[in-house]
Amino acid sequence: MPTSFIPTAADLLRLSPDIVLTAGGALMMVIEPLTSAARKARMAVIAALLIAAAMALSVMAYSDPGTSFSGMLVVDGFSTFFRILVYGCGLLTVLMSVDYFKRERGSESGEYYVLIVFSLVGQSLMASANELVLIFIGLEVSSIAGYIMAGYLRDDKRNNESALKYFLLGSFATAFMLYGVAWVYGLTGSTNLDTVRRAILGGAMEQSGQMLFVATALMFVGFAFKISAAPFHVWAPDVYQGAPAPVAGFLAAGAKAAAFAMLVRVAASAFFPLTGRWEMLMWATALATMIVGNFAALRQSNIKRMLAYSSVAHAGYILVAVTAQSEVGIAAVMFYLASYALMTIGVFAVVTLVASKGERFVEIEDFAGLVQRQPMLAIALTIFLFSLIGIPLTGGFFAKFYVFKAALDSNLTWLTILGLLNSAVAAFYYLRVLVVMYMKPAAEGAGPVDPAGIGIKAAIVASAVGTLYLGVYPSAVLDFAGKAAQLVK
Amino acid sequence: MDALLFLTFAGIAVLCAINLILQTHPISSALSLVGVMGALAVLYLLLGGAFIAAVQLIVYAGAVMVLFLFVIMLLNAQAERTTSKPAIRAWVSVPLLFTFVILLASLIIQRAPAGAAVRFGEFTGGSVANVGRALFTTYLLPFEITSILILIAILGAIVLARKEI
Repeated sequence: MPTSFIPTAADLLRLSPDIVLTAGGALMMVIEPLTSAARKARMAVIAALLIAAAMALSVMAYSDPGTSFSGMLVVDGFSTFFRILVYGCGLLTVLMSVDYFKRERGSESGEYYVLIVFSLVGQSLMASANELVLIFIGLEVSSIAGYIMAGYLRDDKRNNESALKYFLLGSFATAFMLYGVAWVYGLTGSTNLDTVRRAILGGAMEQSGQMLFVATALMFVGFAFKISAAPFHVWAPDVYQGAPAPVAGFLAAGAKAAAFAMLVRVAASAFFPLTGRWEMLMWATALATMIVGNFAALRQSNIKRMLAYSSVAHAGYILVAVTAQSEVGIAAVMFYLASYALMTIGVFAVVTLVASKGERFVEIEDFAGLVQRQPMLAIALTIFLFSLIGIPLTGGFFAKFYVFKAALDSNLTWLTILGLLNSAVAAFYYLRVLVVMYMKPAAEGAGPVDPAGIGIKAAIVASAVGTLYLGVYPSAVLDFAGKAAQLVK
Repeated sequence: MDALLFLTFAGIAVLCAINLILQTHPISSALSLVGVMGALAVLYLLLGGAFIAAVQLIVYAGAVMVLFLFVIMLLNAQAERTTSKPAIRAWVSVPLLFTFVILLASLIIQRAPAGAAVRFGEFTGGSVANVGRALFTTYLLPFEITSILILIAILGAIVLARKEI
């Protein structure tokens, strides 16, 4: 047990992004009531600056990688990648939320941005925690902020339903995970991922192998819920459909990326010795998730619900790479999540705009004639949908390519074939949106889309540029992911 | 003696928990929850977790449950209305639940290493000093992060419950 409880300078540097976000978030809570209603837009600016500062600090922290706080927190390439990814998602969400709340409420509301900032602290901790207790607390910070954000417009019935379902099912899934953590502690005497791994290698497996599998299975229930893998995905459509569109984008991109980061780290470090046993479970989950997501998405008429099922399907593709259990697989997961975050936030930003006040236009049919009504928006949506399908020159193409390459390298031939067939099915429902948008004339009464504010414009442009960048020059991000993947042990 | 105490209070905890679910009136459910928490506190005490037992009683059985009851009474909640659920749910879920519990229990009984069994009175690290030291050294970070959780809870209460937004 360490004798001193004063953190060293290195400890503080490694935690600095979270410290800045926490302190800034608390400060925002103080400033918020002091700001007049007309100036509430400042809160979004403060949040964006805080997130940008956290991004810069996480790059600085990477100059001195290592573990801190008794092995609780680890700063390595993997955690830095995911920190920047979730901060990026947070930044884009802040940008696209400004206009949304002005439109829905008539005024800004500062608490929303504080919730985003705090939720990012949780997600960044999930990505950089090396200890099951810290992972759990990070997860709760992120999730509870998410529950509140999903129900933020509390006078809207859809918001209420979304928040309540998310909260009840989410707490239930977390309980499973926590029970699994308790089993792991009971069997190995530790919650530190490295120590757990050593204990498993050092005989805990022979002694109580089956109990260890039960423990991992219980934890997997919690993980599978958070990444919305089948059969634990049932919450996703209702929550994404009911939540405010920017929040749905944030949950699909940031929260999912952080959940995958935690799943990959736990699987690749603590439970690495159990790889052989995990594989079957992962294989089946990945396949089920792809099939359920894609085939359910085919039948949706509401675009948010369709995107929710598509998000389930994408979780399935990412699980294919997790199943590969290799460094190439981990790098593919990282690349996929980065490009998925950009395209999904982009799509939700477009949906936010088209939906208009009160989110009236969220059926796929409401996109009819979008190319005449708002040509630039239609082009942006085309880029995002192409990327979701996986068409070359977009990030989605290389993401899928690397995932299936990793699977083939690990001899998962059947999973690859079934995955490819699935992505062909997926093309159908994305193309349907494109067909409606380009071929169908606008319905009577569908006026021009409201002009976009500067924030949401910036979010859409940034996502589109990012998506194209990853599709044309994937190597920079991929090289970093490849290097970072070696360190996850 | 220890085993007897354990079985008694474990039994009370389980019975109260079942009662909590079966009761239709929220007040009865809340009082059953107090029973669960009290019985759990005794179990912690038996295991040597004196501080945790005290916290369990003061915070959970005391403070949290009082708030629970206040809220239920303020809202004047009536007995739940039972909606007609499809019977198949009960027919599938209850046997599944029992299978799950029995599976876990049998696994623990058969497979748990003999050395890992709990012996009452063996653990002595549950004092306030020990818990405090652990919280402020090894577990400093999670302990501090928990404060963010509380901040979020405050924020959530403001956002979801204040009169006008």
